[in-house]
Amino acid sequence: MALLEVRDLQVSFDTPDGTVRAVRGLSYDVEAGQTLAVVGESGSGKSVSTQTITGLTRGATVSGTAFFDGTDLITADQSTLRRLRGAQIGMIFQDPLSSLHPQYRIGWQIVEMIRAHDHEISKQDARKRAAELLTLVGIPRAAERIDDYPHQFSGGMRQRVMIAMAMALDPALLIADEPTTALDVTVQAQVLNVMRRLQEQFGTAIILITHDLGVVAEMADEVVVMYAGAVMERAPRRDIFYRNHHPYTQGLLASLPARSGDRLTPIPGTPPSLISLPKGCPFAARCPHVFDKCRTEAPPLIDVARDPRHQSACWLPPENSEAIAS
Amino acid sequence: MNDDVLLKVEDVRKDFPTQSKEVVQAVAGVSLEVHKGETLGLVGETGCGKSTLARCMAHLYDVTSGSVTFEGKDITKLSRKAMRPLRRDVQVIFQDPYGSLNPRRRVGSIIGDPFAIHNIATGKERKKKVQELMELVGLNPEHYNRFPAEFSGGQRQRIGVARALALRPKLVICDEPVSALDVSIQAQIINLLADLQKEFDLTYVFISHDLSVVRHVSTRIAVMYLGKIVELAPTDELFGQTRHPYTRALLSALPVADPDTADSREQIILGGDIPSATNPPEGCRFHTRCPKAKLDCAAEEPPLESVLDDSWQHRTACFYPLTVGEDLSTAVPDLKAS
Amino acid sequence: MSTAIEMVDVLDEPKAIEGRSPFVLAVHRLRKDKVAMISLVVILLIVLMAIFAPVFTAITGHPPNEQYRDIGLTPDGLPRGPNGTFWLGTDDLGRDILVRIAYGARVSLLVGVAATAITVVIGVVLGLAAGFLGGITDTVLARLIDVVLSVPFLLVAIALVSVTGPSLTVTVLVIGFFSWASVARIVRGQVLSLREREFVEAARSLGAGNTRIMFVDILPNVIAPVIVYTTLLIPVVIVTQATLSFLGLGLPPPTADWGGMISASQNYYTTAWWFIMFPGLALLITTLAFNLFGDGVRDAFDPRSDRS
Repeated sequence: MALLEVRDLQVSFDTPDGTVRAVRGLSYDVEAGQTLAVVGESGSGKSVSTQTITGLTRGATVSGTAFFDGTDLITADQSTLRRLRGAQIGMIFQDPLSSLHPQYRIGWQIVEMIRAHDHEISKQDARKRAAELLTLVGIPRAAERIDDYPHQFSGGMRQRVMIAMAMALDPALLIADEPTTALDVTVQAQVLNVMRRLQEQFGTAIILITHDLGVVAEMADEVVVMYAGAVMERAPRRDIFYRNHHPYTQGLLASLPARSGDRLTPIPGTPPSLISLPKGCPFAARCPHVFDKCRTEAPPLIDVARDPRHQSACWLPPENSEAIAS
Repeated sequence: MNDDVLLKVEDVRKDFPTQSKEVVQAVAGVSLEVHKGETLGLVGETGCGKSTLARCMAHLYDVTSGSVTFEGKDITKLSRKAMRPLRRDVQVIFQDPYGSLNPRRRVGSIIGDPFAIHNIATGKERKKKVQELMELVGLNPEHYNRFPAEFSGGQRQRIGVARALALRPKLVICDEPVSALDVSIQAQIINLLADLQKEFDLTYVFISHDLSVVRHVSTRIAVMYLGKIVELAPTDELFGQTRHPYTRALLSALPVADPDTADSREQIILGGDIPSATNPPEGCRFHTRCPKAKLDCAAEEPPLESVLDDSWQHRTACFYPLTVGEDLSTAVPDLKAS
Repeated sequence: MSTAIEMVDVLDEPKAIEGRSPFVLAVHRLRKDKVAMISLVVILLIVLMAIFAPVFTAITGHPPNEQYRDIGLTPDGLPRGPNGTFWLGTDDLGRDILVRIAYGARVSLLVGVAATAITVVIGVVLGLAAGFLGGITDTVLARLIDVVLSVPFLLVAIALVSVTGPSLTVTVLVIGFFSWASVARIVRGQVLSLREREFVEAARSLGAGNTRIMFVDILPNVIAPVIVYTTLLIPVVIVTQATLSFLGLGLPPPTADWGGMISASQNYYTTAWWFIMFPGLALLITTLAFNLFGDGVRDAFDPRSDRS
């Protein structure tokens, strides 16, 4: 059994303009010690899905299940979720400054966090642990900097502090929502490095939410590609890059400057409205291989390779992935 | 050779005062030339001064010292009024497709702004010109009366492009024009800019923190660090014969969307953070993080010049430039006095 | 980051060719707000009452300042309660309270609108100048705003009126002069942040001059908060005017105005409840309607819902 099993997750929001169907039938497994990358563009539903699982979406209509270690996170009450968050599920976000309280010292915040979940530990021990954690994530002179305030840290350092807090109680799962999007590349490399090292050391599973296919290539074991709230393709990392099946995955990769010659090959058009989704495949309007069936019937996620982990929601025959394998 | 220089930047410095009476040296003495028809890429991380430099080039900021010459004319000292005719020749495309368009004005009037400001066309004629521009950048001219909020990010950036091209400028400064966009949309805008450059003989200064984008669009690239250019070279040379350790580190940090490469390459992970621009390091500004730093790097500032067997076009500010194939991932700084 | 609104914004393909301006969108939202719409109806009724005050005289046959010492007062010389002739009763001089409330609405609305208009015009112009021009202009104006805001308004008003004598003009000017500072402060703050926005830089890069940037680029973005503030300012001004009248600094008698009526009723509240009740209610309903409407306007113009 996987550490986290999400099945048929549906999330929608009511807005004055209509119902926004943010996530539609998302299913995935996260295995212990593995990294699952959820990749997609703005509005693909990649962040909403994990926010829902951890009970952080307000005012949403949710259905489906998400079993974490035997507990369904969707139906769990707030106090159960609160206990799990932090202790079993660590989280880091794009903007570390908004997740750290500006008025309290870094060390105090980590100590509070540890003591909230571990009632036995003494203040001194918690503080020692906090300093260890800061050293672990590569903050120089951690023993001194533990008494600094968040604004005294740079963006990259703050994200390390967030990782330290998320890892404080040795969680089984770390959810990283665009953790390096706000950082410069050299700092991003440092932070990703820290994440990789901690994963090796503690065997933490990671859900990495990102729009950056480069980060996916560096970090992921398995990849889920989302578009307009639904999964387009799911596969082990190398299959996503070298034997992909879905035209959206192919289009995303082809849009990258590093992969093109003189001229880029963008995906024409813009994503559909989540309020009035088209009938059939959501990508049909932008797809170069579109045919009649795509516009009337939404393709289910089906196996497209011998590897059962590789599935694609596209009516094209499985050979499509072989065709571009070169 | 001098004939094809469109814009020349000579030893430009730009300081910003801070509240605590200190000075942020955003641009700390930069010289470069922009040639007609080329795309000069400016790349670097937060606080390297690339956007400030761009604004100095467009005379949106007054420089603290140094000069910016456009077609042989020094524009640094020009008053706002005297600068006005030159505004037609130098245009800017901004990063934020949300912030750079006035939310309370209709798109037609936003794109028509250049015509209104320079008294070029009015009424029906202006509308016709605006709609032609909209068509040119791939917008539906019938959306003339819409407001910016009614467009997606990519479409808004097209609006910004249309506005910048209205007066047929010679030089367009693109300040992170695609950084706020999703990859599939980003590619649309990059292609659009390339098409327009061909059609109208434009010269671009293209600013981005994304090396892969800059590599794709630029003929030459200037890499900046803490207000200085550390390496300036034609694109192929910059990637093929990287000389400056910072350039190499930047290249190595860039995540590549290719698992084989990602798995096999040796990444150079720089230590520490970018130092503060209020109090930059003595000597070479990169020496505090440089894997190859030696004692003299901390004492003296290396000039930007051709190193090793490079041509005059490839200039590097480093005392210990990298040779092709040199392994930087095992290098250790040696900052102790011998 | 991934709120519903955000996603609508990114994904919603616009449908109408004719653009919906932020203003039109706000009005659209306002019309869906039941409380605000009811308040608006109440405001319109009060406006109609003020305009057609003479109609009340025509129907009841009582001019506003006519003292009915015989039928309008009890034999003891006390006001009469509501009855068939005087629907809302009479005041201490035997005048018809209903008719006087209708005429009093004229004063309240006139002062409310006129003083608010002065306030807003001065406030916007000075706020815009201070925020946009900066430098010495800003320093001087900002200090001036501080000074005006720290002057004890009522004391100075009393002193001024006792020198010039009470009149409508003085009331309007006094209120206008002491209220612009808060509008100016709001506008200045807005302009200071708008000035740093990229679209202003974009206008500059196109060669736009200061005047054009100020009026074409910045002013339209200040209008929404000003409209919101204005609708919330009117009831404050109406109450202020009533307060001045209550203190005897309003309009010279026998002009009917609500503050003056409430003031005159003070000695009779144990014997003639209607005398204080109905003018008080008129004032309360008016200010409440404006406040509720103002809240609706604020919600409708809330920039956070700009894009929905």
